[in-house]
Amino acid sequence: MSAPHRRTLSRAGRRRLAGIAMTSPALAMITLFFFVPLVMMLWMSLHDWPLLGEHHFTGLKNYREALHDTEFRTAVIFTVKYTLITTPVLFVLGLAMALLVRHKRRGARFFQAVYFLPVVVGLASAAFLWLFMFQSDIGPAGDLADHLGLGSRTTNWFAGSTSAMLVVIGMVTWKIVGLQMLLLLTGLRSIPTDAEEAARIDGASRLQTFRYVILPLLRPTLALVLVFSVAGSLLAFDQFYVMTGGGPSNSTITAVYEIYRASFIKFQLGYGSALSALLMIVLAAVSAIQMLLLRSSDH
Amino acid sequence: MSTRTARTRDPGTRPVETDSRNLVTAIRQSLPRAAWWAVCVCLAVLFLYPLYVMLSQSLKAPGEAAAAPPTLYPHELSLNNFRALDGDTGIDIVAGAGNSLLVSLGATLATVVLSTVAGYGFARLRFPGSDILFFATLATFMIPFQAVITPLYLLLNNLGLQNSLLGLAAVYTTFQLPFGLFLMRNSFAAVPRSLEEAALIDGCGILKAMVRVVLPVAVPGLITTALLTFFACWNEFFAALILISDQEKFTLPVSLSVLASGNLGSVDWGVLQAGVAVTIVPCVVIYLLLQKYYVGGLLSGAVK
Repeated sequence: MSAPHRRTLSRAGRRRLAGIAMTSPALAMITLFFFVPLVMMLWMSLHDWPLLGEHHFTGLKNYREALHDTEFRTAVIFTVKYTLITTPVLFVLGLAMALLVRHKRRGARFFQAVYFLPVVVGLASAAFLWLFMFQSDIGPAGDLADHLGLGSRTTNWFAGSTSAMLVVIGMVTWKIVGLQMLLLLTGLRSIPTDAEEAARIDGASRLQTFRYVILPLLRPTLALVLVFSVAGSLLAFDQFYVMTGGGPSNSTITAVYEIYRASFIKFQLGYGSALSALLMIVLAAVSAIQMLLLRSSDH
Repeated sequence: MSTRTARTRDPGTRPVETDSRNLVTAIRQSLPRAAWWAVCVCLAVLFLYPLYVMLSQSLKAPGEAAAAPPTLYPHELSLNNFRALDGDTGIDIVAGAGNSLLVSLGATLATVVLSTVAGYGFARLRFPGSDILFFATLATFMIPFQAVITPLYLLLNNLGLQNSLLGLAAVYTTFQLPFGLFLMRNSFAAVPRSLEEAALIDGCGILKAMVRVVLPVAVPGLITTALLTFFACWNEFFAALILISDQEKFTLPVSLSVLASGNLGSVDWGVLQAGVAVTIVPCVVIYLLLQKYYVGGLLSGAVK
C-alpha cells in the first residue's frame, strides 16, 4: 500500500527536480547578466566611481548633480521633443496605412509586405543609408528634391538641429511605421465585421463609422502602439550617434546618448549609473502605464 | 431627384443620357480604386527608394560613387566597392561581418537551447516558486537594457569578458532570453498534456518525452525564437559599440560607423553603402523566406 504511494511521490519529486535543473541555466544567465548589473547600477549610482582608481561613497550626490546638470536637462528636453514629434507621426501614418491595406483586395498583401520590409533593416544600417541620402551635394535625396524643384541639393541637412532631427524622424518613420501598421492591422482584423456593417446599415457615414465604431474597439491596440513608439523614442541612441553625432553643437544628444557620454567618454561610471537609474524609473513608468491601459481595456 | 424623373420621362434623350451617365458612374466607381492604387504605388516607391539608393550606390564604380550631383543609376556596374570591403579603406568590413555572424549565431544557438529547455521546465515541470521565477524573467521586459550597460561593462571587465566576442554573445543571449522563454513556454503549454503522458507511460524518461514527443510540436515557436534573436543580434549597435574596444573584434554595424565617421580620411560613400548592403540584404532575404514566423513572432511579442 505504501510502496506505490512512495513511488508516485518520488516521481512528482523527480519532475520538480527536473524542473529546477532545466530552468536554472537560463535563470543563472539572467541573474548574472541582468539582475546583478541592476543591483550594481543602484549601488554605483551612490558613488563617485571613475573607471580607474578608487571609488568612494557619496550618497545621493550624483542624483542632485543630475537635477542641476544643464547638459543632461538639454538632453532630456531634446528626447521629449523628439518623442512628442515622432509618436504622432508614426501613429497617424501607421493607422492611415493600416486602413489603406486592410481590405482583402488584389495587391493589398503585396503592399503590406513592401511597407513592412524596412522593419527588418537594422536601425544603425538604416541610419548609415539615410546619412548618405541626405548628404549635401552628393546625396540622392537632395538631388531628387532639386530635380522636383522642392529644394536645393546644396542644403546641408545636418547643419541645423531641427533639419537634422527631421531627417532622423524621416528615417525612423521609414524603418518603424510598417510595424505600427502591422500591429494596427491585427487590431482592425479583430473587430467583428458585423459591428461595422450594422453601423453602415444604420446610416452612419464612413467617417462616423470610423470615429464611433472602429476607434473605440481599437483602443487596446492603439494603447499598445503608442506605448511602443514612446518607449522606443525615449531610448533613442543609434540614429543620433550615427547621423548627427549629437551635433550640431550637442543639440541632438538624447538621454541614452548622455548616459553613454557620462560613462564611456568621461568615464564617470557612478554618474552614468545615476542617470541610468533615472531612465529606468521613467521607462518602468511607461511600461506600467501600458499594462494599466491594456488591462483596463480588457473589460 | 426631380430632374432625374423629368429626364426618364423624356423618351427621346433617354438612351444618350443613360450612356453618358453609365460612363460617369463607371468612372466614379473606378476612381476610388484607381486612387487607391495610385496612393499605394506612391507609398511603395517611397519605401523602396532608400533600398534602391543603397543598391545603386554600392554598384557604382568608385569615381561615380563620389560624384556630385549623384547619378540616378550606376552608369557602369562595378563590384569594386564590395571588393574594397576587406580592408582597403583601413577597416576590414568583411572581418566585421564574420564577427557579427559568429556572435549572432552563438547567441541564437544559446538562446534557443536555454529557452527551449527552461521553457519546457516552466510549462510542464512546475516546482515551488516556478511561477514567481517566470514572472521575474518577464519583469526584465520593463527595464531597458541601456540602463544596465554601465555596470554590465564593469562586470564583464571583472570577469575578463569585456572586449570579447564571447562576452558580447553572452550579453545578447541574456537580453533575448526572456522573450525566448516566453515564446517557448507558451509553445509547450499549447501541446496537449495527454501526448506527453502517453510517452511517459510508454516508459520514456522526462527528457526523452520532451525531445521525441513535445519538441516537434513546438518547432514553429523555436524557429521564431531563433529568427528574432538572430535579427536582433545581427543589427545590434549600442552594446557592441560599448563592450568591444578592439577594431579587429568590431561587429558589422560598429565597423561601418568607423567607415562613416571618416576617421581614416574622407568618407567613401560607395564602400559604406556596399557595407550597408551586406548588413541589410541577408535580413531582407531571410525575412522574405520565413515571413510567416517572423511576423507571427513579432505579433506574439507585442501582445506579451
